[in-house]
Amino acid sequence: MTDQPIAPSRRSLLSMIGGVAGSAAMYHAMTEMGYADESTFKGPVKLSPPPAGTSVLILGAGVAGMVAAMELRDAGYKVQVLEYNGRPGGRNWTLYGGDTYTELGGFTQKVGFDPGQYINPGPWRLPYHHQGILHYVNRLGVALEPFTQVNFNAYVHSTNAYGGKPQRYRQVQADFHGHVAELLAKTTKQGALDQSVSKQDREMLMVALQNWGALNGNYEYGKSIETSLRRGFDVDPGGGLNSMPVPSEPRAMSDVVQSGLWAAIGASCNYEMQSAIFQPKGGMGMIGKAFGAALGPLIQYNAKVIEIKQDEKGVTATYIDSRTGGEKRTASADWCVCTIPASILTQIPMNVAAPMKNAINQLSYSAALKVGLQFKRRFWEQDDHIYGGITYTNQPNGTISYPMWDYFSKGKGVVLGAYTFGQAAYLAAAKSPEDRIQDALEYGSKIHPQYRQEFDAGVAVAWHRVPWTLGCAGAWTEPARAVHYDNLCALDGRIVLAGEHASRIPAWQEGAVTSSIDAITRLHQRVMSA
Amino acid sequence: MKIRTAIATTLLLAIALPTFADTAAPTPPPPPRRGLGGFGGGPFPMQDGEAIYKGVCQGCHMPDAKGAVGAGMYPALVKNENLETAGYPVGVIVKGQKAMPPLGPYFTDVQVANVANYVRSHFGNKYKDKVKPEDVKLMR
Repeated sequence: MTDQPIAPSRRSLLSMIGGVAGSAAMYHAMTEMGYADESTFKGPVKLSPPPAGTSVLILGAGVAGMVAAMELRDAGYKVQVLEYNGRPGGRNWTLYGGDTYTELGGFTQKVGFDPGQYINPGPWRLPYHHQGILHYVNRLGVALEPFTQVNFNAYVHSTNAYGGKPQRYRQVQADFHGHVAELLAKTTKQGALDQSVSKQDREMLMVALQNWGALNGNYEYGKSIETSLRRGFDVDPGGGLNSMPVPSEPRAMSDVVQSGLWAAIGASCNYEMQSAIFQPKGGMGMIGKAFGAALGPLIQYNAKVIEIKQDEKGVTATYIDSRTGGEKRTASADWCVCTIPASILTQIPMNVAAPMKNAINQLSYSAALKVGLQFKRRFWEQDDHIYGGITYTNQPNGTISYPMWDYFSKGKGVVLGAYTFGQAAYLAAAKSPEDRIQDALEYGSKIHPQYRQEFDAGVAVAWHRVPWTLGCAGAWTEPARAVHYDNLCALDGRIVLAGEHASRIPAWQEGAVTSSIDAITRLHQRVMSA
Repeated sequence: MKIRTAIATTLLLAIALPTFADTAAPTPPPPPRRGLGGFGGGPFPMQDGEAIYKGVCQGCHMPDAKGAVGAGMYPALVKNENLETAGYPVGVIVKGQKAMPPLGPYFTDVQVANVANYVRSHFGNKYKDKVKPEDVKLMR
């Protein structure tokens, strides 16, 4: 390594580190997904028995609605749930082979996956610290398995880097850490940090950088057994004769920086992406199904709510059959927990005061897309040795995730071929499901050339076309939250709202659970003080 | 579907440069990134009004502009009298309204004008006056 003027490169280095370290912090600024407060779940709800016969009408049999129904029922309330769909779960939803899904506009997809193969169009992972949803998963006896967020052998890919050839995650991470460590070590040695770091700290920092970046005795990052133990070998060590390993050559500093691929490394540092993460065996929808089974006849399915009215005596919801329309029916109770998404609720006449009304009216729902692709064989395992985890790309499909079950199966497998938000998701929603699938195949084949030959069946869910949400999740901005959030959550007469949109963990099921528990706890206090 | 700006946007945002040179507001914090792509902001790639409608708007308002009905609904734009005042669609596109997300950050002023003019002169709507990009700028 030649000595070069450090100041400018250090400056750009630090801004680059800021970009990467900041990508975890960036999640906090995320307007479409909200920010990631720790769950407020404090253990099982304990509600004292209410006055005999007190009733609660719950609108929506998603996670929030069913948590409310279960806890209120167990406390002794008379509970009824109205649900638009013909199944429990709401956005807790799995599409299996044989299912049919019709989105707005009448575009119908018959899911051509094999039995047992599936895709989760909505939530797909359960972080270890989401203790609320995990509590109900355990209470309902839903079996979990590990969700692999980071797979060091998966790819990171940019059409603008390395000729569009995908790179292994471990190589990008090792090279990025190694080069940053080398630069910082050089900077430290040259005294540039003397004013801000004590001598003792500098000595320890040098050891740490050597350790962290796999630097050699001269604090350099280069081709060696040590660095190959991070980034992988050209030829792995083996047994017996001819077993010498051949180290691999790290990418040059400038290439690593200019590739932009480091953006994918920071992506997995987010609190919500940290191990351990779980998924229900057999699909996320297993949770909704278990809730539904536990509540049984308390849920009235295929009920489309068209009006919600409260007076001093109680709350009445008017509904029709969501499939056939037909005559209006009503359901009444003393109180109401409404978990209908704000995007739908804004269109339903409901006599609440202006603060809650305004809060509902200002909340639109974000765009999101998921595409599931079934392939005839698990080539990512057989050819690429990728077992679960996620590949990142700068293409509009954003994410490719490999099935985290049935590893080494000789049969078919379903890959999440696209998972996107923002612009890419808006563009996809305007396309036919078939075109969304074709796009996912086109982008994916740039990373996995096996795609075209092995493709078998696909399904695409663009959330703005989902008939019962009109979007993925409440798209809060922080300024809007400051004005409207408390008003959305506050009890209005006999009605309280709940759901991920009434939480600070939006788009996560934990938000739905904690919102629901908070709402019913306040409702119960109100009942008991009446 | 080609998003030429995707990686450029990723890099720009990562070093906290302004997303839109023409906004007067203070530089916003960089949008979040959990990966390289698929999270993009920035203007949609198409310019022509019809192309914008078919590439973006029909996701909700549908290819025939007749809207759709589920648990909630997307309004039809066919013969829609709300479109009579040109400022109405411009305001809804830029600022959003109820379930309609604010799409201002995804469009330039020219794009908003183009698609507003397209919708106001198609689907049975025959309004002659034109939205200009300057009108859109005032709405932001």
